[in-house]
Amino acid sequence: MKNLYLIAYLDLKESLRAKWFLIYSLVFGGLIALFFIAGVTESQVMGFSGLSRLLLMYIQITIVILPIFILITTVRSISGDRDNHILEYMLSFAISLKQYYWGKIIGRFITVYLPVLFAMIIAIVYGAIKGASIPWNIFFLYTGLLFAMSSAFLGIAFFISSFVKSSEVALGIAFFVWIFLLAFIDIALISLMMQARFSEELIITIALVNPMEIFRVAAISLFDPELTVMGPVAFYILDSMSQSMFVLISILYPLVLGLSFAFLGYKIFEKKDLV
Amino acid sequence: MIKVNNLTKKFGDNISLDSINCEFKKNESIALMGANGAGKTTLVRSIMGYYHPDAGEVLIDGLDPIKERVKVLNHISFVPQLPPPIKLSIDELISYVQTSSNVDKNLILHYANEMKLDAKSNMNKSFFKLSGGMKQKLLIAISLAKKSDIIIYDEPTANLDPDARDDFYRLLKQNEEEKVLLFVTHRLEEVKDLVNRQIYMDLGKITKDERV
Repeated sequence: MKNLYLIAYLDLKESLRAKWFLIYSLVFGGLIALFFIAGVTESQVMGFSGLSRLLLMYIQITIVILPIFILITTVRSISGDRDNHILEYMLSFAISLKQYYWGKIIGRFITVYLPVLFAMIIAIVYGAIKGASIPWNIFFLYTGLLFAMSSAFLGIAFFISSFVKSSEVALGIAFFVWIFLLAFIDIALISLMMQARFSEELIITIALVNPMEIFRVAAISLFDPELTVMGPVAFYILDSMSQSMFVLISILYPLVLGLSFAFLGYKIFEKKDLV
Repeated sequence: MIKVNNLTKKFGDNISLDSINCEFKKNESIALMGANGAGKTTLVRSIMGYYHPDAGEVLIDGLDPIKERVKVLNHISFVPQLPPPIKLSIDELISYVQTSSNVDKNLILHYANEMKLDAKSNMNKSFFKLSGGMKQKLLIAISLAKKSDIIIYDEPTANLDPDARDDFYRLLKQNEEEKVLLFVTHRLEEVKDLVNRQIYMDLGKITKDERV
């Protein structure tokens, strides 16, 4: 276990010093700061105001930028080390592949999750100082959703990293995955519906398989438990399960998805040539 | 100590190692030579368990370096030709070596000192930012402090000045007993006094194996 923690700790320290981490933290911290400066907490949309409104906006933007941030910063983790011969040297010591791989994942998870969580905590603390009422239920739901979302994309990124030999190719694949999932939120699904070759249930199932979509719907569901803003789609979702069950699935599913991809990546890492 | 039986490794259509057979025993210092693409690095990487062979096997003290990598790598020290751009500080790198392989930190600093590298006052400096020679000296110090039975050097003196090379050879002379020393090199004259066996490779085969 000490080697696992050692790898996680060293990866964390290395990431904290990296320029990408600074930019990453500034983007999410800056978003919150920008919302306060822009007076988002004083505005009102569909009855949401104050910190709830701010968190809603934060989560809507996070849906789009968090996956690509995680993918591009993590996908080079192993493939980059392989590319520049770091892996060849670091793995010449008595570290098992399991400890190396999972240690890297733990270290990287802490690095990508903490800035988004801290940005929300800053919003809560600042809001409390300003005297706004704290929407704890939304805060805890988003904490869970961001945790699950980070796990999903971290797992996908490590999966890509495990089989790609060059970090440029890894970046290309990561970008493709992001665009593909983003397109499937709306554009591709709308075109599928327009062609009307598939049933609505199938299209909605496809949409909810996408971790970005399930994250978005779950984020909305706390403000709007009936999902009225989503129109008829809400009928299919809430007809098949209760709102709390849907929220639970929206946290568990990306978590399992991320772990499955990470595990698959580990199996590939173990079976393939290391350098 | 190291036994290579009918080892074949292919990359696509290219046969990098073609049914290699060889054995390295204690107190042997081997110069592994050959043109670029001869298969030297592939052989070294196979010994370290980085490559899955297409046929044959490598055994280190009877153990498979892929299946028993932790046990096997406890006995191997390795210094690559070019120091990798590790972003850790010297202190962190030494901690990594210390924790993963039970290497005495003071011994690393001792050998670094012997190599005329002032590691102590550079502990917080990133390894990546050291000069090529300083990096190589630190990796050599780590390899010696690890007290392994098998030491593999891939062109270890490429970045070293003449004084540092002398220090390196002196330290190796003091530490060569009961070990297997494997040098991958293009310049035999540099390791001639250290080696007692020369192996030449070409197109994935051992073309000459002589004891000197």
